[in-house]
Amino acid sequence: MTMATRILYCNCTYAQVVPKEVKEAVLKSLCESGVAFDAVADLCEMSARQDPALKRLTDGGAIKIAACYPRAVKWLFSAAGAPLPIEGTEILNMRIQKSEEVVTSLLDPNLKPNLPSGKATQPTPAELPVTTA
Amino acid sequence: MSLKDQTAVRIVLYEGSGSQPLEPADRFAAMTALLEKGFSVTRAGREGQVAPADRSSLFVLGRFDEGKLPQVEDAAGQVHIRFQDIAGLDATRVTEMVEAFRAETNSVKHGEWKPWFPVIDYDRCTNCMQCLSFCLFGVYGVDQGQKIQVQNNDNCKTNCPACSRVCPEAAIMFPKYRAGPINGDVVSDTDLQREKMKVDISALLGGDIYQMLRDRSEKAKSRFSKERDSDKALKERQKCLVKLAQMGDIPMEVLMSLPAPEEIQRRAQEAAAKAQAALAK
Repeated sequence: MTMATRILYCNCTYAQVVPKEVKEAVLKSLCESGVAFDAVADLCEMSARQDPALKRLTDGGAIKIAACYPRAVKWLFSAAGAPLPIEGTEILNMRIQKSEEVVTSLLDPNLKPNLPSGKATQPTPAELPVTTA
Repeated sequence: MSLKDQTAVRIVLYEGSGSQPLEPADRFAAMTALLEKGFSVTRAGREGQVAPADRSSLFVLGRFDEGKLPQVEDAAGQVHIRFQDIAGLDATRVTEMVEAFRAETNSVKHGEWKPWFPVIDYDRCTNCMQCLSFCLFGVYGVDQGQKIQVQNNDNCKTNCPACSRVCPEAAIMFPKYRAGPINGDVVSDTDLQREKMKVDISALLGGDIYQMLRDRSEKAKSRFSKERDSDKALKERQKCLVKLAQMGDIPMEVLMSLPAPEEIQRRAQEAAAKAQAALAK
């Protein structure tokens, strides 16, 4: 899938769970890139308030979201009555990914949908594919 | 708390036709200042796509050519739009202007409540009602189809993830929690085993969690009456609460704010009855 994919950045303003240096670096790169994007202060707050703006953000097709864990983001939108399209959403996790990685994915014209669907459970070490050096 | 009946301000940092782009550093400073104040900001340029307009009040900021503000209004008259030239203004001044616009349009004020509330992963939830019968604060309820849902997120106790600890499927998330799977991280088999152990809090504590509180309270009362030693009774209660706090990761302030044992019993019975009723239908 290619552009026009929209970009949404969540600043996670009301908690310190996203490393400050990561979210700052991502926002700074977006500001320097010249791309158009939407930024929200805190998706959790919007979900809790059932903010209709979440519906606005999900309308209009494919979207890349820089926020936190995909499972959390999926159900935050759903709880506000604005479910994200499974095949049209890519979540970048600023809690665990490096800022460079997040920015590269956000600015990549290709969309890599990764919203969890179904009862996903992390594979056990035995189930992981064997890698060779 | 719901925004269904109240509007929020949407800030648009406009850098398209008829305006000059901001310096990247100024753009970043303005964005950061506005986001930290709780506002949603759209950066609109000559290229790219952003979310469409809705009924939010729009405050459009830009460095407009010769300071001339576009003359635009919503034909339907539903959206309040204002343009503001920000040439030469720093981020602090921009934020003050936005805050004044918010107050003038009577739009929602952000940041008055830390958004701490449970989020249910319905891919995992089995509708077992453990959370409904556990929570003493009426956060959970059921919809018309008897499906569990979060109904009163304002009632949730900040930083308390206890209900997610009793969920046997690790289906309850608190996205602002520090660790997985409660924060939304992928659930592992190890997590599930741990949750299964935790669901049986009664076994871990040698009785129902609330019963244990009641028993301890009664013992403390008894000791107090015999020994007239209020310090000892208080220490016993604190010891009990510390144990509970550690096991359920429940903040001490939540435990300390629990109502009297009789009220706990009443609420626990009420919650259990709601859960039973939902399961029976």
